[in-house]
Amino acid sequence: MIKPVILWTDAAIWLLMAGLALYFVGVRRQATQAATWGRVLRDPVGVAAGALMALFLLVTLADSLHYRAPMVDSPTGAVVYDTHTRSLLDALMAQQIAMRETSYSAPLAWQGFSREAVDGVGMLPGVAARREFPRLVFGGAQLVDPARGWAGDVLARGVAGLAFGALAGALLFALVASLIARTHGGWRAAARDLLADRTRHPLRALWLTLAAVCLLLGPVLAWMPHYHVLGTDRTGNDVLYQSLKSVRTAFVIGALSTLATLPFALGLGVLAGYFKGWVDDVIQYLYTLLASVPNVLLIAACVLMVQVFLDKNPQLFETAAERGDLKMFLLCAVLGITGWSGLCRLVRGETLKLRELDYVQAATAFGVSDWRIMRRHVVPNVMHLVLITAVLNFSDLILYEAVLTYVGVGVDPTTTSFGGMINLARVEMARDPIVWWSFAAAFGFMVAMVLGANLFADAVRDAFDPRARSQRPRVFRRKAA
Amino acid sequence: MLNYILRRIAYGVLILVGVNLLTFFLFFTVNTPDDMARLNIGGKRVTQEQIDLWKSERGYDKPIWWDESAPGTAKLTHTVLWDRSISLFALDFGHSDARRAVNIGHEVKTRMGVSLQLALPLFVLQLIASVAFAVLLAFFRNTRIDFWGVVLCVLMLSISSLFYIIVGQFLFSRVLRLVPINGYEPGLDAVRFLALPILLSLLSRLGTEARLYRAMLLEEMSKDYVRTARAKGLAEQAVLLRHVLRNALIPIITSAGGYLPYVFLGSLVFESFFAIPGLGAFVIDAITGQDFAIVRTMVFLGALLYIASNALIDIAYTWIDPRVRLS
Repeated sequence: MIKPVILWTDAAIWLLMAGLALYFVGVRRQATQAATWGRVLRDPVGVAAGALMALFLLVTLADSLHYRAPMVDSPTGAVVYDTHTRSLLDALMAQQIAMRETSYSAPLAWQGFSREAVDGVGMLPGVAARREFPRLVFGGAQLVDPARGWAGDVLARGVAGLAFGALAGALLFALVASLIARTHGGWRAAARDLLADRTRHPLRALWLTLAAVCLLLGPVLAWMPHYHVLGTDRTGNDVLYQSLKSVRTAFVIGALSTLATLPFALGLGVLAGYFKGWVDDVIQYLYTLLASVPNVLLIAACVLMVQVFLDKNPQLFETAAERGDLKMFLLCAVLGITGWSGLCRLVRGETLKLRELDYVQAATAFGVSDWRIMRRHVVPNVMHLVLITAVLNFSDLILYEAVLTYVGVGVDPTTTSFGGMINLARVEMARDPIVWWSFAAAFGFMVAMVLGANLFADAVRDAFDPRARSQRPRVFRRKAA
Repeated sequence: MLNYILRRIAYGVLILVGVNLLTFFLFFTVNTPDDMARLNIGGKRVTQEQIDLWKSERGYDKPIWWDESAPGTAKLTHTVLWDRSISLFALDFGHSDARRAVNIGHEVKTRMGVSLQLALPLFVLQLIASVAFAVLLAFFRNTRIDFWGVVLCVLMLSISSLFYIIVGQFLFSRVLRLVPINGYEPGLDAVRFLALPILLSLLSRLGTEARLYRAMLLEEMSKDYVRTARAKGLAEQAVLLRHVLRNALIPIITSAGGYLPYVFLGSLVFESFFAIPGLGAFVIDAITGQDFAIVRTMVFLGALLYIASNALIDIAYTWIDPRVRLS
C-alpha cells in the first residue's frame, strides 16, 4: 500500500478549496451576491480567463496529492517507504521523469545539444577523438534511422495530435450545443446561436478557450511518449514536467500568501475602523510600521531567519520534499504577515464610513453587541474590497516569487519554480548557441498564468466595483449595440 | 505648518523605533547570536570558543534585551539592543558581520551615488513616459487606440521584469551589440552602462503605471468642472492638459512617490543583473552571503527614506494644490 503524505501546503490548498466551495454555496443562496458573480460569468474575457485558471488549478490539485510508495525489494520483509515523495502529477508523468537524458537537448530533439567524444578518447596518442552530437537515450529512441526519419515522424505525430485535438474541440462544441439545445429551440438553432455568441453566458468564449487548449494539448500528448516536447535542462530533466511543477509552486504562493494576509487585513482593519480611538491608533501604527520597510528587505530579513530556524530544527521533517515544502509554507506566511498593510488601510477606511450608516446606528441603538454588528453588518459589506484585492494580489505574487527566488529568499532550491528556471536560464542564455527552451517554457507558462489571473481579476473588479466598470474601454460594446 | 512638520518628525521617530525593535526581534530573538555565529563561521564542527570570539569581536556578547547583573541604568544600556539602536539612530552603521573590513556607512555613502545615477533619471523618465502614455489613452478613450493600448498595458504588466532584463540584454547587447552587457564605470562613461537598465526598467513598469494613471485621469474626467470646461468651448486637448492633468497629478504623485525610497536604495534586481555597484546589489550580496548586519542596516535605512519621502510628498501637495491644508 502507498503511504499518503500530507504536506503543509497540500493541507492549506485543500482547505482553501473547501473554503471556496463553502463561499460559493453561500453566494448561490444570496440573490445580490449571485447577481454580482453572474456579471463575472457574463463577461467573455472573464470566462475565458477563468477557464484557463481552472486548468492551472487542476494541475495544482493533481500535484497536491502526495504519497510515498513502498519499496519493492525490502530485504527484511517489513514495509519500507521510499524516501522520495511523489504526487499524483508525478504518477501521471512517470514516463517523463523516467526519460532522463544526460544533459541539454532541444525541444523534440533526437540528438544531444553539445558534441561529446564518442570513441577513441585518449586511447591512442595519434588518433584524435571523434566528437559528434550523441544520440539521446530516450528522445526519438524509437526511430530506426533518425537522420532521415525524424522530421517525418515528428510531423506525423504532430498532425495526428492536432487532428485529435480538433476532434476533441468539435466534441466539446457538440456537448455545449446539446446542453443549451433545450432553451434555444433545437440542436441546430443552439449551434447557430453559439457560433454567433447569442447565448446568455459567453459560451463561445469558453468553448474557444477550451478548444485552443485542446489543439495545443493534442500534439503535445502525441509527442510526449517519445520526445521531450520542451527539451531537457542541464541535468537532462524534462522541461515540460518542470514547468508543470512550477505551476503548482506559483499557484500555492499566489493563493496561500493572499490567504495569509486576510486575517490581519480584515480583522485589524474592521477593528480599527469600528472602535476608533486607541485601537485605531495602535493598528495604524502597526501597518505604517510594516509599510515603511521596503517590502523585499523585510521579506529577506524574515526568510533569512526562517532559513536559520529550519537549519536548527532538522527533526521537523523526514524527507527533502517536506523540508522544501515547509520552507514554501513559511514563505507564504512571511509574505502574508508582511503584506497586509494595503488592504488593511482600505478596510479601515470603508469601516469608518460604514459605522456611521443608519443600519449600524440602528443596530447599536437596539443594543446589538459590537462583535455581532461587526460580523453581521460590517464584514459582509467590506468583502467586495477583500475579494478585489485578493484576486489582484494573486498575479502580483506569482511575479514576485520569481524575483524573490532570484534574490535568494524565495522557495527552496530543491523546489521547482519559475524563479529557479529563470535563474538557470540566465546562464544558459549566455551560451553559444543559446539554450532558449527552458527560458521560453518558463516565459510561456508564466505569462499565460499571470495574464489569466490579471484578466480574471479585472472581470471580478468590474463586477464588484461599478467605478472600475465605467473606466473600461468601451469600443467593442458600442459596436454590438 | 511648522507644527505639522514637527509632529510628522515625532511620528517618524516613533515608527523608526518600532522598525528597530522589529528587526532586532527578528535578528536576535528568533535566532540567537550563537546561531548567527555558527552560520557565519560555517563548517560542521564549530567550537563554543570560536562562537564566543565571533560574538565578542562584533559586540554581541552582551545580554540582548536586559542586563540583570549591571547596576542602575546600565541594566538597559549594557545590552546589544541599546548598542545597536543608539549607533543606528546616530547613523553609524558599524561593520559587516561576515567581512569585518567592510565599513557599512562608507559603503552606503559611495554606493548611494551610483544608485542615484541609475534611479533618478529612471524616476523622472518613468513618470514622464507613463503619464504621457496615460494621457494618450485618456485622450482617445473608447476608441480602438484606447482598447488596444489597455490590452498592451495588461500584457506588459503580466511579464516578469526578469524576462525584460534577459531578453533586453540578449537583444541589445549580444545581437545588436549597442551597449555592454553589464558593468559600470564612473563618470560620463556610466551612460553607456546605465542606458539599458533604465530603458528596461522603464518598460517593465510602464504597463502597470500607465493603466493606473489612465484610471486616475478618467476618474478626474467624470467631474463637473470638466463638463464646464467643455461647455465653454475649450478644445479637448486644452481640457485634458490644462484642467484634468493638473488635478490628476495629486493621486499620480502619491503613487509615484511610493518609489522615492527606491531612488536612493536602487533596484535590487536591475543592479545585480547589470553588475552596477549600487545599494541594491549590496543588499543582494548581503542576503546571499547571509550578512545580517548589512540587511539590518538596510531595513532601517529603507524605513528612514520611506518616512522622509512620505513627508516630502505631503509637503509637495500644498505646493501642487493650494486647497490642501496640512494640520
